[in-house]
Amino acid sequence: MDKYIEMIRIRFLMMLAYRTNYYSGILIYSINIGAYYFLWQAIYSGKEDIQGISTIQMTTYVAVAWMARAFYFNNIDREIAQEIKEGKVAVELIRPYNYLGMKTMQGLGEGIFRLAFFSVPGMVIVALVFPLEFSANFSTWGLFGISIIFSFIVNTQINLLTGIMTFFLFNNDGLIRAKRVVIDLFSGLLLPISFYPLWAQDIMSFLPFQAISYIPSMIFTEGITGNAVFQALFMQVVWVFILIIPIQLLWNLAKKQLVVQGG
Amino acid sequence: MFYVSMFFQYIGQYIKTRFQYRADLVVEILSDLLFQAVNLVFILVVFGHTQFLSGWSREEIIFIYGFFLIPFALFSSFFNIWDFNERYIVKGEMDRILTRPIHSLFQVVLERMELESLFGVFTGAAIMIYAGNLLDLTFAWYDYILLIIFVLGGALVYAGIFVLLASIGFWSDARTSIMPMMYNIGNYGRYPVDIYNNVIRFVLTWILPFAFVGVYPSAYFLGRSEWYGYAFMTPFIGVAFFVLSVFVWNVGVTKYRGAGN
Repeated sequence: MDKYIEMIRIRFLMMLAYRTNYYSGILIYSINIGAYYFLWQAIYSGKEDIQGISTIQMTTYVAVAWMARAFYFNNIDREIAQEIKEGKVAVELIRPYNYLGMKTMQGLGEGIFRLAFFSVPGMVIVALVFPLEFSANFSTWGLFGISIIFSFIVNTQINLLTGIMTFFLFNNDGLIRAKRVVIDLFSGLLLPISFYPLWAQDIMSFLPFQAISYIPSMIFTEGITGNAVFQALFMQVVWVFILIIPIQLLWNLAKKQLVVQGG
Repeated sequence: MFYVSMFFQYIGQYIKTRFQYRADLVVEILSDLLFQAVNLVFILVVFGHTQFLSGWSREEIIFIYGFFLIPFALFSSFFNIWDFNERYIVKGEMDRILTRPIHSLFQVVLERMELESLFGVFTGAAIMIYAGNLLDLTFAWYDYILLIIFVLGGALVYAGIFVLLASIGFWSDARTSIMPMMYNIGNYGRYPVDIYNNVIRFVLTWILPFAFVGVYPSAYFLGRSEWYGYAFMTPFIGVAFFVLSVFVWNVGVTKYRGAGN
């Protein structure tokens, strides 16, 4: 266990070395959130609420969705693909740790770093500039906290799956990009799932993506309350367990037919 | 002439390498299509809840999106330099570039092109034709010429901005996450800029002039005469930004000190 915690620490320190870049990042994220704010203002154009979400809730939704993304987002799919292409994965496989577990921990180190140095100060700045509404309810914050941990796990699992696919495709930049686009759209980052037509919502309820962004953001903005929150959290947990299966299957298959291209 | 023949030689090489990984090529084109569809879905879903976006109808916004895709496709085929900093500066690859007999920026462009993105030209044109038909737009013969000029202008705006950002790497080789996020900001030029407040509108017009890759030139074809002035400025802004960026690049190259091993 110690070695995994050490991995988190090392990745955290590595990110810390480049922290100044993150301040420019906050600026860019603020512009992003700002543009969406005005876009949504124009879309609402005087309407009280759309699908039960008020303008102010929508702004908060956008802000928190982007800031939470900084936490759960990572590039381990790209890193895995890179290591496979360069042949480094062969060395990784003989090291005394679980390769996928180690990658997850690196992603977590990155996530914790961004949460502390990016999301939190960024959120404070955004809250000063735009009218956001934060819940005064302690349990909302607690449930949100639990929920973004599951977002991280589900997103990381999907990244691992995408990364492992490199073993079979050899060059999977296309798949990585496609995955990113699908997650942006179907996770609820750009649009709350409840805005979609009903048939589309039905399809999405069978997909793991809304566990990544929609559920934590809705919890934070109190767009879902009461029992629905626990149902949503339960959904996330279910996906965490379901996704373990394809990862294990593909990983075992991949190890058997590993082709090292140089290295 | 030498540059032209280099260009085609690289294209030949590129096509060969691409066909080595056929499965990925297919996925890549599909992922481009998916990416384009995602933005369209966003527009469609939003207009499921509202009739007009500050006076612009759904079809008009779709038309702007279709236009945007064409210069964007040209840009992303040839200026795939969002990871220039990591790929060339941090790893010291720039040393190799500088030993080549053609201009360093041109060499980078040749090495990093992604011709499959050109597919976006067709998607964009199809979307424009679709929306244009619904809006009953008529194109005179000179409109096609203007379309080409505006598309080139827009592509140069994008290229200029990204080359400028890449040039930052010559002064500071720290990792930066600005470039990927700049793609998001580019999207905001696709919406009528009068929905934003003055600061953002100013930024999108003069500092990061993404509005010239979307709403301004499209306004001409949509007959929004209040925006004509901006529309006709598109090629000038494009050329101005691109020239500026090449100038900054050239200065930057002289500051490059080399890294890596």
